[in-house]
Amino acid sequence: MGRIKTYFSTMDRTSRDDFITYGGLLVVFIVMQGLLSAGMLSNQMRGLLVPLCVYAIMAIALNLVVGTLGELSIGHAGFMCVGAFSSAFFSKINPDMPDLPRFIIAIIIGGVVAGIFGFLIGIPVLRLNGDYLAIVTLAFGEIIKNIINALYVGVDEKGYHFSLSSVNDMGMDPLNGNIIINGPQGVTGTPRSATFAISMVVLFISLIVILNLTHSRDGRAIMAVRDNYIAAESVGINITRYKLTAFTISAVISGFAGALYAHNLATLVATPARFGYNMSIMFLVFVVLGGIGSTRGAIVASVVLTLIPELLRPIQSYRMLIYAIVLIVIMLVNWSPKSRAFMETHSLKRFLFKKGGKEDK
Amino acid sequence: MALLEINNLAIHFGGLRAVDEFDLTIEKGELYGLIGPNGAGKTTVFNLLTGVYKPNEGIIRLDGKDITGKKPIQINREGIARTFQNIRLFKQLSVLDNVKVGLHNRYGYSTAASILRLPSYFRTEKEMTEEAYELLKVFDLDKNAATTLASNLPYGAQRKLEIARALATGPKLLLLDEPAAGMNPNETQELMDTIKYIQKNFNMTILLIEHDMKLVSGICEKLTVLNFGRILAQGETKAVLADPEVIKAYLGE
Ligand SMILES: Nc1ncnc2c1ncn2[C@@H]1O[C@H](COP(=O)(O)OP(=O)(O)O)[C@@H](O)[C@H]1O
Ligand SMILES: [Mg+2]
Repeated sequence: MGRIKTYFSTMDRTSRDDFITYGGLLVVFIVMQGLLSAGMLSNQMRGLLVPLCVYAIMAIALNLVVGTLGELSIGHAGFMCVGAFSSAFFSKINPDMPDLPRFIIAIIIGGVVAGIFGFLIGIPVLRLNGDYLAIVTLAFGEIIKNIINALYVGVDEKGYHFSLSSVNDMGMDPLNGNIIINGPQGVTGTPRSATFAISMVVLFISLIVILNLTHSRDGRAIMAVRDNYIAAESVGINITRYKLTAFTISAVISGFAGALYAHNLATLVATPARFGYNMSIMFLVFVVLGGIGSTRGAIVASVVLTLIPELLRPIQSYRMLIYAIVLIVIMLVNWSPKSRAFMETHSLKRFLFKKGGKEDK
Repeated sequence: MALLEINNLAIHFGGLRAVDEFDLTIEKGELYGLIGPNGAGKTTVFNLLTGVYKPNEGIIRLDGKDITGKKPIQINREGIARTFQNIRLFKQLSVLDNVKVGLHNRYGYSTAASILRLPSYFRTEKEMTEEAYELLKVFDLDKNAATTLASNLPYGAQRKLEIARALATGPKLLLLDEPAAGMNPNETQELMDTIKYIQKNFNMTILLIEHDMKLVSGICEKLTVLNFGRILAQGETKAVLADPEVIKAYLGE
């Protein structure tokens, strides 16, 4: 114990901060896993474990874009959606694979596919300075949800069949064919491989990736672009490159979260409540209330704000009141200078009126 | 061969000729001053030199190489670094990290190495931290100041940090835009000494914009006076400051 204490005191501020985050999360994991194995969790709580991990991962992924890079994304549920459906697709077409390896590959596929979307969206949009990313990601989130709602994919001996209108239009053998994605009915029968332990491992890996990236040469460049892109350019930082790095990595991690999400549900559908605008805003609320730029804050906010409405279910009538009070308290606690600086650079007024203005360079 | 050679540089903003028929030659190792009344076009010359603006006319050569119209990143890589009249620090990064951003292109390890914390990460970070501290020492920012946020530094120290960050990129030519603005006489004196020190110990060529006549006459070997975007006088500091035209322009301000 003494050794740990000495070690702790010699760490610089950021490593100590990371240490607290990892340590806290590990303790929570051990306690919850213990309670789970001992059968001491309510049904409701057990059902919440994987979604909590998913939301926490989404919160830290979005924080990388909003807090660390300083760009606004209001379509992150779209990346999660892409990751969810691509990973579910993989698991469905490989029914004979052993569960764990299949799930690991599915998670990776979810991340890679979401990352490709992030990269392709990022290339044209991140070249521009301004809040264009917010608009484009918003559109992306809605479009991807609608496309998947209209998408039919099936497989028979002749191979894969696609349609954007109905099952019959796929031209699939109706007797021997197998529907994988069934339009608005989505994907059913995805193996429910997402356990709490695996979800926590993915959360840990995502956290390590994000924190290590942030405290590196690339991370400094990303934050330099956020703080002052003109100065960043003047010292030779390739702005587009580092914006793309942060945004793509964030999309990949959102894809991981989507894969966990998909493998926790018997039926995966792209309804507005699941992957729409509302969900993206919810993630944004986690980040903002977590104190923009704080990875640990994002995790805490996502957990607290998910648990409270659930735990308050029995006292229906006061639920929203208490929720609102909690929101206000978190806001007061977390209204850090970083949050305020972000508000300054992304204020609605500035967005609506003089974009940036003429700056003296 | 001169380090910097500008020929017939011009930029127009609508009808305004912000800079016109501008020529400038700076030899290696010189400490050169660019002065003139407010709005004369001094900062615009810096923006042209660093690729923030593209000139309508003219050629800029650095070390004999044509760098006209290149982008800010490329120009920094060619060897020009600058500070800004209105301070532009990375406010939410530490003082140390501000300098390390300046070192960015002189050290490297991959994104994978940073995520996986490979040995190259630790090795390179250590080297970067050491060099950053050496630079900060020149400006007396290496003690407690190094780990504070840049935005928490006093004004004078922020100006110095900008110079340290620019130097970190390893430039051939350093452009300082009103480095003493907002400093008290003591701080200004200290800054003059530091600028001289940089010129000597880093073998640096420096072009500085200044309002403070005392600073200019104290350290600059040569001057160019700009007025309404055009050169009013150019040459050895003493001769330029004695020029009746220059005196008139300054008294008329
Ligand atoms: N981007 C721009 N658009 C229009 N006018 C500009 C721009 N940049 C500078 N100017 C004008 O050019 C003139 C010179 O400005 P500047 O170079 O900043 O002067 P100073 O000598 O004080 O540094 C000013 O009249 C200024 O308003
Ligand atoms: Mg100026």
